[in-house]
Amino acid sequence: MNRPDGRKFDELREIEAKAGIIKRADGSASFKIGDTIAYAAVYGPRNLYPKFLQNPEKGVLRCNYNMMPFSGSGERIRPGSSRRSKEISLVTQKALLPAINLNEFPNSVIDIFIEFPQTDAGSRCAGICAVSIALAEAGIPMKELVAAVAVGLVNGEVAIDLSKEEEDLGGAVDIPIAVTTRSGKISLLQMDGMIKAEDIKKGVALGKKACQKIFEIQKKALKEKYNTE
Amino acid sequence: MYNNLKLHIINCLNENIRFDGRKNDEHRKITVEYGISKSAEGSARVKIGNTEVIVGVKTEIGTPYPDKPGEGTIMVGAELTPLSNPDFENGPPSIQAIELARVIDRGLRESEAMDFKQLCIKEGEKVWLLLIDICTVNDEGNLFDASSLAALAALKDMHFPGFDGEKIDYKKKSEKKLELKEEPLSVTVYKIGEKYVIDPTNEEEPFVDSRLTVAATSDGTICALQKGGDSALTEEDIDVMIDLSIKKTQELRKHL
Repeated sequence: MNRPDGRKFDELREIEAKAGIIKRADGSASFKIGDTIAYAAVYGPRNLYPKFLQNPEKGVLRCNYNMMPFSGSGERIRPGSSRRSKEISLVTQKALLPAINLNEFPNSVIDIFIEFPQTDAGSRCAGICAVSIALAEAGIPMKELVAAVAVGLVNGEVAIDLSKEEEDLGGAVDIPIAVTTRSGKISLLQMDGMIKAEDIKKGVALGKKACQKIFEIQKKALKEKYNTE
Repeated sequence: MYNNLKLHIINCLNENIRFDGRKNDEHRKITVEYGISKSAEGSARVKIGNTEVIVGVKTEIGTPYPDKPGEGTIMVGAELTPLSNPDFENGPPSIQAIELARVIDRGLRESEAMDFKQLCIKEGEKVWLLLIDICTVNDEGNLFDASSLAALAALKDMHFPGFDGEKIDYKKKSEKKLELKEEPLSVTVYKIGEKYVIDPTNEEEPFVDSRLTVAATSDGTICALQKGGDSALTEEDIDVMIDLSIKKTQELRKHL
């Protein structure tokens, strides 16, 4: 099978991860995969207002996914939230929740902001990878990290980490998945396109393997941050 | 506590020394990086100390304004992202974001930095729109200077996309660059107590009494002004602030 950029079907694009890139945030990270770049910042735990949003039993996790206006492949993206960005914010929050222990922070909020200066497919997954590093850097109690990658069909074959060029090929299928790195559970699963059930199973298995590689890169980014200080 | 801190800052400034050891009229370390977003037609990242701002330029084809059928146009937007400062919130642009965008817009527009007639494709029908967006990444003070420098750098980095007369092909970048006749830059001079300060950090900014943003072209001609802050300025203040600002814009140009 051939991929437009010559990668193997189970080969990730080049990844660069860095922790602590935004000094004002309590935790932050950048995650670059191919030509997709995600910045994530964590603020909190901090007070949550208006008060009726507070939960006296545990903290609230709020996620916000936003593409910078010039980060899309076509025309300028209008600033502000869209139906798409709201949905991605929601699934990002759900992808991260299983890994975080919010019990210590009643009535508080942990705010997560994800921004993209440049995208080339797989942005929600890159965002989740970045946030996971940023949460750890912020010192939020976590049971494990979360890694994410999109798997899919390229020219009818299962492949991981599709680029925009591959997504735009006819019949491409996009399946973003997030994996909790220690328990190996799936905390994000979406799919659009037409695909056989066995190919999904194959894709998820491949994605889980790739997430282990991403996990090592996330760990490395965190270690580098603390080695230099 | 708040007043004590202000007094402390003013005492330091009177001795021409700041919390981070700089002189009153000294910028923090400045870096400019070009082409930081492949999705944009032009882009730049500017860091002033830990303050970091990204500017991207997108191009679109639009219809001209009826009163200027032979001219394209620019639009400047600013997003004070909640990622960059714990006090920034989501939602419609705040008044700070609008002011920042409009001040940068005026500097570019009024200096006639680009020939709007050159942005015309077919009179009365098709013109280029340059959409310039400022996004903050880390706000540790002085977003005005960082944004002005980044906006100019992004325009200098810009290449028009592929265009066949009908449609834009964003995947192709053409060789055609944007011609800049002038290079307007602004430096904002802040007044804290009786002292004039350049490039305040986020620790100093809450104590600013007034500020004056001066945009100037490379020969020192002023192309836009904006007075901000709660206190009023004397004529002497304005004279000093304008001179200081123009001097500092010349220094900033070395980073481009």
